[in-house]
Amino acid sequence: MTVMENISALNTPLLQVDGLTKRYGARIGCADVSFDLWPGEVLGIVGESGSGKSTLLSCLAGHQTPDLGRVRYEDRDVLAMAETERRRLSRTDWAYVHQNPRDWLRMGVSAGGNVGERLMAIGGRHYGQIRETATDWLGRVEIASDRIDDRPSAFSGGMQQRLQIARNLVTSPRLVFMDEPTGGLDVSVQARLLDLLRGLVRDLGLSVIIVTHDLAVVRLLAHRLMVMKSGRVVEQGLTDQVLDDPQHAYTQLLVSSVLQV
Amino acid sequence: MTDQSYNFAYLDEQTKRMIRRAILKGIAVPGYQVPFASREMPMPYGWGTGGVQVTAACLVPEDRLKVIDQGADDTTNAVSIRKFFARTAGVATTERTDEATVIQTRHRIPETPLTPDQILVYQVPIPEPLRFLEPRESETRKMHELEEYGLMHVKLYEDIARHGQIATSYAYPVRVEGRYVMDPSPIPKFDNPKLSGCPAIQLFGAGREQRIYALPPWTEVVSLDFDDHPFEASKAAHDCDLCGAGHSYLDEVITDDQGTRMFVCSDTDFCAGRREAGHQGRLWASQPEAAE
Ligand SMILES: Nc1ncnc2c1ncn2[C@@H]1O[C@H](COP(=O)(O)OP(=O)(O)O)[C@@H](O)[C@H]1O
Ligand SMILES: [Mg+2]
Repeated sequence: MTVMENISALNTPLLQVDGLTKRYGARIGCADVSFDLWPGEVLGIVGESGSGKSTLLSCLAGHQTPDLGRVRYEDRDVLAMAETERRRLSRTDWAYVHQNPRDWLRMGVSAGGNVGERLMAIGGRHYGQIRETATDWLGRVEIASDRIDDRPSAFSGGMQQRLQIARNLVTSPRLVFMDEPTGGLDVSVQARLLDLLRGLVRDLGLSVIIVTHDLAVVRLLAHRLMVMKSGRVVEQGLTDQVLDDPQHAYTQLLVSSVLQV
Repeated sequence: MTDQSYNFAYLDEQTKRMIRRAILKGIAVPGYQVPFASREMPMPYGWGTGGVQVTAACLVPEDRLKVIDQGADDTTNAVSIRKFFARTAGVATTERTDEATVIQTRHRIPETPLTPDQILVYQVPIPEPLRFLEPRESETRKMHELEEYGLMHVKLYEDIARHGQIATSYAYPVRVEGRYVMDPSPIPKFDNPKLSGCPAIQLFGAGREQRIYALPPWTEVVSLDFDDHPFEASKAAHDCDLCGAGHSYLDEVITDDQGTRMFVCSDTDFCAGRREAGHQGRLWASQPEAAE
């Protein structure tokens, strides 16, 4: 790479989203969503239930096919990509953390096997190294190493979620999609998980798109915020700006209702 | 004598053609599971209806058929399948591996090396090697299509984590010509190396699951493993007590109420052949009548 190309690579968004629209029959999932995500950036997507956050996220990751619009990851057209390539990307460069870990962990496989799966999927063939990396990752998500051979069914909800995070981050992805990662957990457990996530995002320099209906989550994690209502983005900007000085009436309502809680 | 109320080898010609098409496709794409419309056979599933249908589609009147069950020619299962084809196809039968042109087998590959003019037909209960960790058929199909086989190693990882070594000793998964991951049917892993570079055609039939797959002659078949836990074709660390063979797969047999054990070749034809040739094992040499 020449110096000029290097500089221009730094000046290229990691993800470019343009006019993304997904309908379910006559119903709108999300409509005309456009934004850029820069390397190292954490983008929060907020909005009440049914506002299209999950639909948008799954379209971005290629889990659903949008009706209109474009998604570019670096220089690649995600929607035009062959499925093989997209699935490879989702095992290497990308990660997806879902709200309900039980649906996304292999409940019949040990914690170590769950964390090691992605390593083996991309060609890891040394048991000792896989186990060492799994042990290391369990430590990073605060799961004691002597639990490595236990199945996730023996874990608490918070531990299961941390295991899902380890299982996703073990291949050092660059872009992480998170859909309500703290949802369904007790408040005290949520706080600890948020702390952990913040540390990991910072230490690993992850780029993250995090969907939540909980403004406290984005306040803590997100650099930038998009507010969605009825499938559309009604406001976006720096997190503190949007939360402290909301412009759109809907955002004002959202922020004030949180303050009243 | 052929029983005239049946078509040759029981199945009608159209069904046999359909099965042959599946077999040919399987041979063209080694290790790929080809769906086929499995027919009702006059025996229960688990008795090798998949293998029986493949055998029926392969047999010609000149064939000489051998049927083995766990290495033995004289179990109820092996005897009834052999009788079935003797009656419905009128083909000659044999217990000798080197005389057979078609061998239907459950759970073993013969010790005697196979030759280019032979067909080995395996009875398969569960053809899908990924089933253990991924029950969704739609998903396992996708994994085969996209060569996403990480899950197979998760299974081996779990084995080592739990038992300190790869404890899978039957139906040990293999990769065929660097492409499809395949379940070799519940043969002992001792037999796995014989799958590779075999001069005979190897056909696999799963009746209940309606799948046929194949290994054409000289196909490369590699048993999955880890760099630091390499595959081992293990067997009991004994010689056969009857024929003295040190390199054949052994069954452990309890011989009396005191729990006295002996180890004998699971391949009865191989063992008998060695004894005929003058080889003697520990018990055969000392008290042949007791061993019998
Ligand atoms: N699979 C689906 N089929 C039909 N409608 C759906 C489906 N998924 C979501 N929707 C609808 O799309 C809209 C957006 O839903 P969703 O993306 O789940 O919102 P959120 O994640 O913000 O709660 C809602 O009106 C929802 O009912
Ligand atoms: Mg949602």
